[in-house]
Amino acid sequence: MVEPLISFKDFSFKYDSQAEDTLKHINLDIYPGEKVLIAGASGSGKSTLGRVINGLIPHAYPGTISGSCVVNGKEVADSSLFDLSFDVGTVLQDPDSQFVGLTVAEDMAFSLENDQVSQAEMKKAVSKWAKTLQLNELLKNSPQEISGGQKQRVAMGGVLIDESQVLLFDEPLASLDPAAGLASMKLIDELATKQSLTVVLIEHRIEEVLHANIDRLVVLRDGEIVANDSPNAILESEELVGLGLREPLYLSVLRRAGIAITDCQQIGHAETITNPAIAESLKSWTKGAKLTYADKKMTNLLELRDIKFAYGAGKNVIDGLNLIVHQGEIISLVGQNGTGKSTLSNLVTGFLTPDSGKILFAGEDMADLSVKERSEKIGYILQDPNQMISKTTVFEEVSSGLVLREISNEEIQTQVNEVLKICGLYEMRHWPISALSFGQKKRVTIAAILVLDPKMLILDEPTAGQDFRHYTEIMSFLEKVCAEKDLTVILITHDMHLMLEYTTRTIVLDAGHVIMDDTPAKVLTSDNILQRASLAKTSLYTLASRFGLPSADDFVAKFIESERRMR
Amino acid sequence: MSKNLFVGYNERDTFMHRLSGSTKLIGFVSLSIIGMVTFDTRFLLGIFLFSIILFWKSQIKLSEISFILKVIIAFAAFNIFLVYVFSPGYGISIYGSHHMILGNPNQFFNLSWEELLYLFNVLLKYTFAVPLALIFLLTTEPSEFAASLNKIGVSYRISYSVEITLRYIPDVQRDYRTISLAQQARGYEISKKANLITRAKGAVQIILPLIFTSLDRIETVSQAMSLRRFGRHNKRTWYMARRFKMADYLAFFVIFLIVIVGVLLFKVNNGRFWNPFN
Repeated sequence: MVEPLISFKDFSFKYDSQAEDTLKHINLDIYPGEKVLIAGASGSGKSTLGRVINGLIPHAYPGTISGSCVVNGKEVADSSLFDLSFDVGTVLQDPDSQFVGLTVAEDMAFSLENDQVSQAEMKKAVSKWAKTLQLNELLKNSPQEISGGQKQRVAMGGVLIDESQVLLFDEPLASLDPAAGLASMKLIDELATKQSLTVVLIEHRIEEVLHANIDRLVVLRDGEIVANDSPNAILESEELVGLGLREPLYLSVLRRAGIAITDCQQIGHAETITNPAIAESLKSWTKGAKLTYADKKMTNLLELRDIKFAYGAGKNVIDGLNLIVHQGEIISLVGQNGTGKSTLSNLVTGFLTPDSGKILFAGEDMADLSVKERSEKIGYILQDPNQMISKTTVFEEVSSGLVLREISNEEIQTQVNEVLKICGLYEMRHWPISALSFGQKKRVTIAAILVLDPKMLILDEPTAGQDFRHYTEIMSFLEKVCAEKDLTVILITHDMHLMLEYTTRTIVLDAGHVIMDDTPAKVLTSDNILQRASLAKTSLYTLASRFGLPSADDFVAKFIESERRMR
Repeated sequence: MSKNLFVGYNERDTFMHRLSGSTKLIGFVSLSIIGMVTFDTRFLLGIFLFSIILFWKSQIKLSEISFILKVIIAFAAFNIFLVYVFSPGYGISIYGSHHMILGNPNQFFNLSWEELLYLFNVLLKYTFAVPLALIFLLTTEPSEFAASLNKIGVSYRISYSVEITLRYIPDVQRDYRTISLAQQARGYEISKKANLITRAKGAVQIILPLIFTSLDRIETVSQAMSLRRFGRHNKRTWYMARRFKMADYLAFFVIFLIVIVGVLLFKVNNGRFWNPFN
């Protein structure tokens, strides 16, 4: 009998700052060489569980522990953070803040420096792991010069260099684009096998993590383990959605087409799932499903004509870009980092001035409008609400833009209250913002812009870091508000679900111009485009090509529409 | 862009670039101390010349440092002016003699050769260390700063905070830009078009979120550091530290000689002042 490497026995934990236990009577054994995914909605306690494994609990987050958690023979509560760090290497959610060195090589050597390892040995270890993780070319680069995926590999190198047996990932997909996320999962799988590591992944995006070929799926809800089995067994059972998680799309579509997942084999991947009936059922389902074409009157709202822009004397970042956004549309703007997405939004909001070309808004040339004047037409919402909020209570924050406009107090009261009601924040109007959840803060920042009554919103990664429930909550809220106020929305995103489920049109940017402008379904089924935009294939596309459906994008579009109707 | 704040490291292959950061730091610190203590004009002129030669040898281009140079010149000129205005007779009281150019010793505002020599000394003190500091900053890889500080006896926790600061300055700058854009997009005017009070209000609007964002970052960073055992031992090694080579020992010898000369001059001059008026 193999001894478990990590073993929780009737383990409970309560943060000092909270009234109730965050983890309740956890019993969990993780064996050497296993790859375990710990999934759960926000607030389910999955991150807390990770913090116990690496010792941040109780050493950095004080609280009350009952029961026991043993990691490689050491009782967590009685061992120091330093001792535990030899057994468990942690890769934090944001690889950027984990990067503490000035260059890649220094960051990888960081723990060895702290262990007083000699320079010669450090150089040897760094070059060994740089080779394994394909970082040799980047050793002298600073964190500002490398991509998110590369940073994550540096973070992995920085802990693997300790030769620890357990690798713990806290939401490894949260700050990566789909292509990098996929590559990362495959790398984790490969490394785990080669180095015989035990891997614990904390994530809520199950479909993507399946690419790491995990051995076990543990689902938490409200601090308790509600499922703990092989991924296949849990996927068969249709439980995931009820637990606030998203079921892999390829399974949802098979269910929709009337196939029982229990009758299928190798259900872990869209590439492998088999059942003799799949091809037939999918074909007949696609035939039967109808697409509705919204027959809207199209008025041009924002029009970009042959825009060119370069920073200083550099290369054109925006190079002859043409784009028309219609009134009332929700569109997604995608593209690799550095292809000019934020430059484009800065040109529209007026922070940058194009070198040539015209920007029209509702037919009016915006060239002479200041940032402030444009802000009355176009609202811009950042990814991280903490970067936008500067007041202490909800009401103050939402009203602050109006106060600047010097309108009467009563007028402000009525307008703010109206917006707060639309956004479902009216009851919380006197709350301190610090008491709000991430999703609520996000709503506050949207409300603070809506109150200025813009015609168009630009949102940067509105759903980043959100679990399925909060994602749905934010997006259905946004959809509702847009319909009510006839708003036009541009979403800058990497999230393929978001593109598919909530936007009607996708603009793909590459090297400063639009390389594709079509429905999300078409974009996500174009191989060449996916690669250039750093997106990944959806499993729907994989199914469509494996089972010989006549048109992949038609299939994808129909499934998404049927999903929409179910909502 | 993000790397250069005022001055930044430039990779070149000169004698000064090859010296270890610690050597340069020790040289800078010890020459500064002896230079600050002494009032021997001949000695000050000597090390001034010495540092100019080193500066020239390290092939730093004037265009790289023109901004910081202007700031220093302005600051030194202003300082000399203040030193004179507050006590025009100080030179006379130091050297104990008066060779007048303007006025007489009983007036508050007067000008003597003694005062001029004193001011000249002060000016030299301000300027001789500048090329040395610039050499240290521009010929040492930022990654080596922390290691150098630690090597000359600064605790590694403090030394590393220098490294962390260098690491995160570009990130904080980026946060600042993002937040600033978002606030402006809500109608906060911080450009020169608005009046001072409006701009100040706009700035507060940026600072608060910036502080909160930075605090979050600090928490994560410190966790990330302790998860990799920062602070476990009383000492740590440095990946980027440079070992002392022949050139470094040679440099130490030269520095030592200069310091000795400075100290010997105290004896010769019977104190810190070289007095040509006797």
